[in-house]
Amino acid sequence: MTKGFRIAFRFSIVAIAAIAAILMASVILWMIGADVSDTFYIIIFQPLTNMLHLSEVLIRAIPLCIIALGISVAYRSGIINIGAEGQMAMGLLAFTGVALAFPDVPRPLLLPLAMIASMIGGGVWGFIPGILKAKLNVSELLSTVMLNYIAAQFYSLCLRTIYLDPAEQVYGTGTPQSMRLTENIWLGRISGRLHYGIIIALVLAVLIYILMWKTTIGYKMRASGSGARAARYGGISVGFYLAASMAISGAFAGFAGGVELAGVHRRAIEGITNNYGFSGVVVALFGGLHPFGIIPASFLFGLLIYGSTLAPSQVGVPANIVQVMQGIIIIVIVTAQMVLSNTYFQDRVWRKYQALRKKEG
Amino acid sequence: MLDIITNMLSMCIPFSVALLLASLGEMFNQRAGVFNLGCEGVMAMGAFVGMLIPFLAGQGGAVAPVYNVLGFVSAALLGVLFGLFFGVITVTFRAPQGIAGIGLQMFGVGTAGTLFRHFVGGTQSIPGISDIDIPLLSKIPFIGDVFFSHNIVAYLAYILVPVAWYILFKTYWGLKVRAVGTNPRAADSMGINVTRTRYEALALGGALAGLAGAYLSIAQAKMFSDTLISGRGFIAVALVYFGHWHPVQIMGGALLFTFAQTFQTVVQSMGISFPYELAVMLPYVLVIVVLSFTSRNQTTAPTALGKPFNREIRT
Repeated sequence: MTKGFRIAFRFSIVAIAAIAAILMASVILWMIGADVSDTFYIIIFQPLTNMLHLSEVLIRAIPLCIIALGISVAYRSGIINIGAEGQMAMGLLAFTGVALAFPDVPRPLLLPLAMIASMIGGGVWGFIPGILKAKLNVSELLSTVMLNYIAAQFYSLCLRTIYLDPAEQVYGTGTPQSMRLTENIWLGRISGRLHYGIIIALVLAVLIYILMWKTTIGYKMRASGSGARAARYGGISVGFYLAASMAISGAFAGFAGGVELAGVHRRAIEGITNNYGFSGVVVALFGGLHPFGIIPASFLFGLLIYGSTLAPSQVGVPANIVQVMQGIIIIVIVTAQMVLSNTYFQDRVWRKYQALRKKEG
Repeated sequence: MLDIITNMLSMCIPFSVALLLASLGEMFNQRAGVFNLGCEGVMAMGAFVGMLIPFLAGQGGAVAPVYNVLGFVSAALLGVLFGLFFGVITVTFRAPQGIAGIGLQMFGVGTAGTLFRHFVGGTQSIPGISDIDIPLLSKIPFIGDVFFSHNIVAYLAYILVPVAWYILFKTYWGLKVRAVGTNPRAADSMGINVTRTRYEALALGGALAGLAGAYLSIAQAKMFSDTLISGRGFIAVALVYFGHWHPVQIMGGALLFTFAQTFQTVVQSMGISFPYELAVMLPYVLVIVVLSFTSRNQTTAPTALGKPFNREIRT
């Protein structure tokens, strides 16, 4: 098998996968009678046309990037974290709690304190499914989904009771929300609503790279993920690293909540999590579970998520289309990966190709 | 007090049907060795289509029962399509089932939401199907309310429990399903087509999940919304573990979880001063607790569950 053939094979599989994904999305768009090319243009290119749109895209890329980094740590350790949505909500709650409790503490102390609280909130929520998986063999897919629903309920319970803005009862906007958080805790803004969280996200990506590829902890996590039995035989406490990776993953999701709150919303309100937890899974997979792939991937999906909010008014396509696309992308990625790693299939194509060449030559 | 208890118990059977149907379907999938986490998405599609047909036929008014039947049938057919689609991904291409299931769930829920906004718009109710009182039996105090005055689909769903048991344990096809989920290589060497059997099980599982969704929209809520399914698909998957892959135990599990769910309805309607959110949380907490107790010793689990089969590779 020549090197050229291998490259051509990989390239054509990726191309076929991309075409399949676009076709599937087009079928759904065609069913609702939308103009397919217009819709793709609005979602993917329109947001790039001016700075205001671009900053909105980046705002969405920040939590996606942080969450996806955490998910990639868990995924590499052999555990699929689809509970980032709930972990983010718990991070939001912890962050809001600290900010509301100590409004007068100076900024250099309060901001780190609240950020750490958000990491603990998410981390605990991630640790639960991790330890359940390690000790009791509970499927993390089910436990994390259940914890998402529990966290969502707990979040709205807190907003409706202990965190409720006192002014809310006077004016009654109808949506339960907390008081505006103290200015001591706001993250500075670069332009428009774009805040310094973007730098935090980039720094975290580097940190994750160092953790996973330059430390023994990272090595042991990756070993547990790629072959639990072999890792155990090699003296690695697989259960410990499983639970630890989930705690890290949850802490990242919680932290993303804290950054989002301090940078964008500045008060706890319904809908901050905005499905970022699930989108994070797609971003992590699309980024190849590598920090330096996740950075561009989070930008791309920030684009899709923001673009889909433009779609209802401009082409009459519901914003749910972004969820459809994400589902399709997951399916196509995992399928294409299996085809690429199937050496038997590659062999067969190679032999067919050889036979064809002989016939011609 | 007795009123409240009767009320809760009489909700158990009709409200448990969606869970029951979906978990019976998932049981067939898992018995064949495929872990279909996309159940939630298939239910969402079934719920949408099941509601769409009577809605379009009646435009909000009364509809002939045939349209409700048509709604159920098309939901089941759509479920078959989704099941086969999942088969292409996980059986033919052998993609990892957990993450592929998440993809299918997002795809299903997203598509249902997108199409719903386009074809229906906002919240629209449909007449749905009404309860029938079984003569004489429904007049018995307490027992009549709890067991004998529900809609026809609920009764049919419960008849499916012994039927599923018979199919799984007493027919040749059931034996094939269990064989490919337990030891696909041995089944293959005995001339059973593993791929085909898994596809068939996925089609059946998808049909049942589609019906479960349609039941929710046609018979239970009598409308569709993005949050209609709200995790029932995932609970159904958990119920299969809880019920040890056996139809009768799964039925018990479905009833238990529905009992926990009715608690929120009681809190809401009776005006008990108990945080509503905590009541909604209850079934989800119960799933985690139950899984913690039952996941350790899974000696009854299909041994090839979650493992793609490849004839070409020796293991």
